[in-house]
Amino acid sequence: MTVNQLSVFLENKPGQLAELTNIFSAHGISMRALSMADTRDYGIARIMVDNPFDALLLLKDKGWIAKLTPVLAVSMEDKAGALDQILNVLAKADVDLEYVYAFLTHKPGTACLVVRAADMDAADKALKAAGIATIPQDQLYKI
Amino acid sequence: MARYYQPEIETMPYEQLRALQSERLVKQVQHVWDNSPQYRKKMEEKGVTPADIKGVDDLHKLPFVTKADLREGYPYAMLAKPLSECVRIHSTSGTTGKRVIAYYTQHDIDLWDDCCARAIVAAGGSNEDVCQVSYGYGLFTGGAGLNGGSHKVGCLTVPTSSGNTERQIMFLQDLKASIICCTPSYACYLGETMKEMGLTPDQIPLKAGIFGAEAWTEEMRHDIETTMGIKAYDIYGLTELSGPGVAFECESQAGMHINEDHFIAEIIDPDTGEVLPEGTQGELVFTSITKEAFPLLRYRTRDICTLTREPCSCGRTHVRMKKPRGRSDDMLIIRGVNVFPSQIETVLLNNGYQANYQIIVDRKNNNDTLDVEVEMVAEHFSDVIDEIVKMEHQLEAAIKAMLGIKADVHLVAPKSIARSEGKAVRVIDKRKLF
Repeated sequence: MTVNQLSVFLENKPGQLAELTNIFSAHGISMRALSMADTRDYGIARIMVDNPFDALLLLKDKGWIAKLTPVLAVSMEDKAGALDQILNVLAKADVDLEYVYAFLTHKPGTACLVVRAADMDAADKALKAAGIATIPQDQLYKI
Repeated sequence: MARYYQPEIETMPYEQLRALQSERLVKQVQHVWDNSPQYRKKMEEKGVTPADIKGVDDLHKLPFVTKADLREGYPYAMLAKPLSECVRIHSTSGTTGKRVIAYYTQHDIDLWDDCCARAIVAAGGSNEDVCQVSYGYGLFTGGAGLNGGSHKVGCLTVPTSSGNTERQIMFLQDLKASIICCTPSYACYLGETMKEMGLTPDQIPLKAGIFGAEAWTEEMRHDIETTMGIKAYDIYGLTELSGPGVAFECESQAGMHINEDHFIAEIIDPDTGEVLPEGTQGELVFTSITKEAFPLLRYRTRDICTLTREPCSCGRTHVRMKKPRGRSDDMLIIRGVNVFPSQIETVLLNNGYQANYQIIVDRKNNNDTLDVEVEMVAEHFSDVIDEIVKMEHQLEAAIKAMLGIKADVHLVAPKSIARSEGKAVRVIDKRKLF
């Protein structure tokens, strides 16, 4: 089961990210995780926010280029070898990863791995078959 | 509603029009010979005297006037009236070198205003209309020309000049402007801003726009017509010939009618100077046959286009010029290949991008480089860099197919390319070749 991640296209210049976080701050949007990818010309912010639909509409209204991207929020133990185990499962299933990033949750000893794969269905199936749980949207802000 | 501003002239049978041109040309040649030493010298060098010019058929005997002639005689080049009879000047932007100064008598301004009035009427304008002139006023001819034309038609004229976009939109709404005149790139920007303000085309009473002063494409016309809910008409002109209104589009939107009672048009081979037959692509050359202060004979515009005398459904008899493929001043030579910014624009618009782009030419290790920055559009956005790289490669392939040379395309964030309120800055040439 996938969750909605907010993806935003940014100009690669000083102050751009702050301009984005200013909007979130002014509208009380809370972020759970943030990962940046950047090139010489532009940056892409991938963000887990508490209310992705509202955040998307807000940004679109202001002329930003943004969209919701389905990703897997994979439940993971906060211990050595946990990430390795998950990635091995995906590798064995020949899943092509586009990007991953991770964050710690509020529940002690647990973490969450965000996965975007070329074939999301294949990734989901492989994890299920290995008994690895994914976190649904409504639980994401409760963990 | 009148279809023509000056019906007898605009629908005059061709033979009659040509006789009028001949009569005016003969007078004009005598005028420059008598009053402009620079002209007399040029004609003497070519061994031509006014007696050799008996009509339009003899036009080819006259020497060409080029931008170089105008720069050489700066600031009074080709002036054929005493300054005491001149009432105004306008000037080119000077981006390609020294400014050119054009002089006008009151009579010149009167005829120029007539030309612009024809364009406004052809776009459906009448004294019932409110016409917002968002071309720059000042040395630039755009504002003054359309302002004068709008007065002649009797429109309520709103002289906003360029800039202050939100005020422009406020006037468009509050005064219910039905016609807007500006550069096509500014029209795009206005359309974008209206969209951002949440305005739909039916909330803006505009019905027509008269857009010129820079090269634009059919795709751009389509974009403007849809976002603003108007008909977009092309207008053509050069400061050297008066300004906008040398040629204009009618409701058929199939080429621009040249005001032939004031300007004789020729198409020549830009390399040999030889006059080419109708329908052949070549450089556009104009002879102004009614201007008093600054009459240019056989002025080489460096615009590449074709002419047609095919009858037009609007009933006007004046020859039509195709939208120039680009001014040869705008033309870039990159790795020996002629490149018009408008060609790159066509590729972008055909691939679902907007006309928000910049072309950067540089020379590295004695090799020309061509970079095209294009703003990302929401429909194409992916948060995977690989996907964006693929989109860039698709555009590079399409540009290569169009131009035959490789470009590096960079997708950039919206609004990261500076918007212009006059002519858009499409090209940055960093090569230091001289």
